[in-house]
Amino acid sequence: MDNLLSIVTFTPAVGALIMALFLRGDDEAAQKNAKWLSLIATGFTFFVSLFIITQFDPQDTGFQFVEQRDWVFGLTYKMGVDGISVLFVMLTTFTMPLVIAASWDVKRRVKEYMIAFLLLETLMLGVFMALDLVLFYLFFEAGLIPMFLIIGIWGGANRVYASFKFFLYTFLGSVLMLVAMIAMYVDAGTTDIEQLLAHSFGTEQFSLLGVQVVGGLQTMLWLAFFASFAVKMPMWPVHTWLPDAHVQAPTAGSVVLAAILLKMGGYGFLRFSLPMFPVASEIMAPLVLWLSAIAIVYTSLVALAQQDMKKLIAYSSVAHMGYVTMGIFAANQQGIDGAIFQMLSHGFISGALFLCVGVIYDRMHTREIDAYGGLVNKMPAYAAIFMLFTMANVGLPGTSGFVGEFLTLMGVFQVNTWVAVIATTGVILSAAYALWLYRRVVMGDLIKESLKGITDMTPREKWIFAPLIIMTIGLGVYPSLVTDVIGPSVGALIDTRTAALSAFEMSTQVAAGGY
Amino acid sequence: MSADLAIVLPEIILSVYAMAALIFAVYTKKDAMAPTLVLATSALFLVMALWIGTGGSATGSAFNGMLQNDGFARFAKVVILVSAAVVLLLSQGYMKQRGLLRFEYPILITLAVVGMMVMVSAGDLIALYMGLELQSLSLYVVAALRRDNVKSTEAGLKYFVLGALSSGMLLYGASLTYGFAGTTTFEGIVQASEGGISLGLLFGLVFMAAGLAFKVSAAPFHMWTPDVYEGSPTAVTAFFATAPKMAAMALFARVVHDAFGTVVGDWQQILAFLALASMFLGAVAAIGQTDIKRLMAYSSIAHMGYALVGLAAGTAVGVEAMLIYMTIYVVMNIGTFAFILSMERDGRHVTDIAGLNMLAERSPGAACALLVLFFSLAGVPPMLGFFAKYGVLLAAVDAGLTWLAVAGVVASVIGAYYYLRIVYFMYFGDPDARRIDGTIAPLNAGLLLASAAIMLLGIVNMFGIEGLAEAAAASLVN
Repeated sequence: MDNLLSIVTFTPAVGALIMALFLRGDDEAAQKNAKWLSLIATGFTFFVSLFIITQFDPQDTGFQFVEQRDWVFGLTYKMGVDGISVLFVMLTTFTMPLVIAASWDVKRRVKEYMIAFLLLETLMLGVFMALDLVLFYLFFEAGLIPMFLIIGIWGGANRVYASFKFFLYTFLGSVLMLVAMIAMYVDAGTTDIEQLLAHSFGTEQFSLLGVQVVGGLQTMLWLAFFASFAVKMPMWPVHTWLPDAHVQAPTAGSVVLAAILLKMGGYGFLRFSLPMFPVASEIMAPLVLWLSAIAIVYTSLVALAQQDMKKLIAYSSVAHMGYVTMGIFAANQQGIDGAIFQMLSHGFISGALFLCVGVIYDRMHTREIDAYGGLVNKMPAYAAIFMLFTMANVGLPGTSGFVGEFLTLMGVFQVNTWVAVIATTGVILSAAYALWLYRRVVMGDLIKESLKGITDMTPREKWIFAPLIIMTIGLGVYPSLVTDVIGPSVGALIDTRTAALSAFEMSTQVAAGGY
Repeated sequence: MSADLAIVLPEIILSVYAMAALIFAVYTKKDAMAPTLVLATSALFLVMALWIGTGGSATGSAFNGMLQNDGFARFAKVVILVSAAVVLLLSQGYMKQRGLLRFEYPILITLAVVGMMVMVSAGDLIALYMGLELQSLSLYVVAALRRDNVKSTEAGLKYFVLGALSSGMLLYGASLTYGFAGTTTFEGIVQASEGGISLGLLFGLVFMAAGLAFKVSAAPFHMWTPDVYEGSPTAVTAFFATAPKMAAMALFARVVHDAFGTVVGDWQQILAFLALASMFLGAVAAIGQTDIKRLMAYSSIAHMGYALVGLAAGTAVGVEAMLIYMTIYVVMNIGTFAFILSMERDGRHVTDIAGLNMLAERSPGAACALLVLFFSLAGVPPMLGFFAKYGVLLAAVDAGLTWLAVAGVVASVIGAYYYLRIVYFMYFGDPDARRIDGTIAPLNAGLLLASAAIMLLGIVNMFGIEGLAEAAAASLVN
C-alpha cells in the first residue's frame, strides 16, 4: 500500500471517468446506474480511507504515507498526511457518500451531477493531502470548476449571479496566493511543503512604496495567503459570497460547501500561515482575532434577521468559522485543538442542518421560514433530528459543538481576554437565532393549509442522518477521539512556532542592542 | 556555400514547392486542384516538422550569420509547421463549403510559413525584414480572400495599411540601429552595445520593439487585431491566431536576446509595459464582446501579454516559459477554432456567442471539451493553461518583476469572467435563445477533443516539452 493516498484521492475520479465514458442515455435506468455507481465509488473511497486512519500513528508528528514523484517545472507530486490533515481527509470521505445519498431525488442531468460531485471529492481530498505548494494550489483552485457548475446548473433562481460571485471572489483571493507561492519557491528553492516548514523566511523590515513593512517578506507572504484563506473561510468582511452561494446551491452542494470546502481555509492557515510565517502570524494575530470577534457577533446578528433558512444557516456558518480563526491565531494547544475540533464538528452539524432544510425544501419547494410552522405535528422524527442539530449548533454540552467553542474560547482567553469576552456573547446570540428558527419552523400548531399534507422523513432520509447523529454525539461525549489524533501534531507545530519566535526576538534584541 | 544551403534546405524546399505548385495549378485545373494542394501542403509541413524536429536538417549559422538554425529556431519551426498543417487541414471543409477554396490559398500559406521560418532563424536585420515581409504580404492577401465580402476586404486593407505602418517603424528602427552599430548582423549589434547602449541604438531598439509589438498584437499596438479577426474568413482567423503569433513572438525573443542581449535592463521595461497593457486590455475589452471571433482576438491580446511577461524576465528561464506558453496557447487555439469553424445555424456560419446557449444539452461532448479549453485559456488548474501561466509568472518573480506577476494574476481574474461567461452560456444559459444547430465535422470534433485531452493529460508531464523548450532557450540565451 505504498500509494494508499493516491488510491483514496483518485478513486472518485476514476468513478467519474467510468461514468463519463460508459454511461449512455438519460432514462430512468441510466440515472439509477449513475446514482449507484457514485454511491459505490464514494463508499469504496471511504472504506479505503479507513486504512489511513487505522494505520495512522498519532505519536509520529511528521508526515505519514508519503509518496513522492518528480513532476514538471521542478515541482514534485508529493502526498502525505499528518495529525492536522488526516481527520479532514476522513471528514471528506465520510461526508461524500451521505451527500450522494441525499441527492437521490435529483432528476435533471443526473450523470453530469454525479460526475461533478465525484471530481469535487477527488480535488478536495487532494487539497488535504498535497505536500507540494503548487500541487496544493492545483487541487485548491480546480475545485472551483465543479462547484461553479453545481451551483450554476442545479442551483436556484438566482444561480448565475451566485456562481459567478463564488468563482471570481475565491479566484481573486487565490491568485495572490499563487504569486506568494512562486515567491516562496524563488526564496527557498523548493516547493516541497515538508522542506518549506523547516525553512525560515526573511523578516527584515523593508519599505514598499514608502510604507515600512514590519516583518518583511514574511508579512507580504502571509498577507497573500491570508487573502486566499480568509475568502475561502470565509472571514468577515469578505464573507458575502457564502450566503449567496449557499442559498442558490442545491442541497448537496450546500452540504459540501459547508462541511468541507470551508475547512480548506482553516486547514490552509494551519498548514501554511502559522508554521511557515510564525513572525508574521504573531504580528497579524490581533487583527485576525478582532476580525473573528466581529464576525461572530456581527454575522450572528445578521442571522437573526434572515427570512431564508439556508441564508440563516450560512450566516451561522460564518460565525462558527469565526471561532475557528480565533482559535488558530490564539496559537496555543487549546486554541488550535479547538479550532480543528470546531471545523470537524461544524462539518457534521452544518452539513446536517443543510440536509434538514433540504428535507422540507424537497416537500414544499420553499426555504422561507414564514412558509412553515408546526411541523412537529406531522413530522415528529424530523422535529427530533432537527432539534438535535439545532442544539449542537448552539453548542449544547454533550454535543460536538460545545467542545469546539469551549476550547477555542479557552485558548483565546489566555491570549486576549477582550476578544474572548466578545466572542462569548456569540454563544448567546447563536442560541437566539437557532432556537428562534426552530420555534418558527417546527413548534406551534400546524395552521398553514399548504402544510397539511406534508409527510415525515422517509427511511432513506433517516439513514442519512444516522451517521451524522452518531458523530455529533460521539465527539461531544468523548472528544479525545479527535484530540488524541491531532494533539501531538499540534503540539509540534506550537513548539516550532515558539522556537522561531524566540529566535526572531533574539535577533531583534541583538540588532537593537548593537549600539 | 553548400553547407550554408544545407542549413536553409527546408526553406528552399518549401519555396520551390510553392512555386512549382503555383505553376502546376495554373496550367492544370486551377481551383479544382485546391483540395489536393491543401492535403499535399499539410503533408509537406508535417514531413518538414518531423525532419527538423528529429534533428535531420543541418544546424548552425548560415551566410555569415544571416540565418541561425539553432535549437531555438528549430523549436519554433516545429510548432509553426505543425500548427499551420493542422489549421490548413481544418480550414478545407469550411473554405470548400463557402466557395473560398482557391488554389492560391495553400500556396500563400506556404509562403507565409517560409517567411515565418526565416523570421525565427533571423540573425541579421535584413533577414528579419525579409522574413517578416514575406509572411505579412501573404497574410494580407489571405485576410481579404473573400473578395465579395465588405468585412473581409476591410480586414485585408486594414491589416495591410497598419501592417505597412508597423513595418515602416521597424525599418526606421533597423536603419537607426545600423547607423549607430555600423552593421546589420545581430552579433555586431551586440558588440556595439557592449558596456552601455548609445542613444541612437536605444531609439533603434524602441522603434523595432514597436514594430514587433504590432506583429504580436500587443497593446497598445493591437488595434488591427479584433477587426482583422472578425472580418477574415474564420479559417484564416484560426491561422492568424496560431502560427504567426508563435513566429512573431520567437522573432521578438531573437531580437531582444540576440541583438540586445547585453542591455536587458533597457528593453525589459518596454516589454514589461507591453505585457501589462496587453494583459489588462485583453481582459477588460473582451468582457463586452458578443462575437466569439472578436472575443478570441482580445483573448489572444491578453495571452500575448502573458507570453511577454516571460520574455520581459530577460532570462533563459523566461524564454523557456515563453516558448512553453506559446506552444500551449497554439494548441488551445486550434481546439477552440476547430469548434468555432463548425458553428452553424440554419446552414449559415454564425459567430455570436449567444448561439452557444445550452450547448451542453445538444452536444455534451463538444461542450465538455470547450469547457476544458476555456478554463485552460483562463488559466485555471488543473489544465495546461495554468502551467503556462505558472511558468511565465515564475520567470517574472525570479527576475525581480514581482509587481508584473501580481498585475498578471489580477488581470487573469478579470479575464476569467468572460471565459466563465461562455461556460455559463453552454451549461446554464438561456434555453430559448437562438442556438446553433449545425453538426460538427469529424475532423473538427477530433481536433477539439484532442486539444482538450492534451490540456487535461498534459498535467502528468506536459508531454516533455519542458525539456525541449529548456534546450531551445539555452541555445538562444547564453
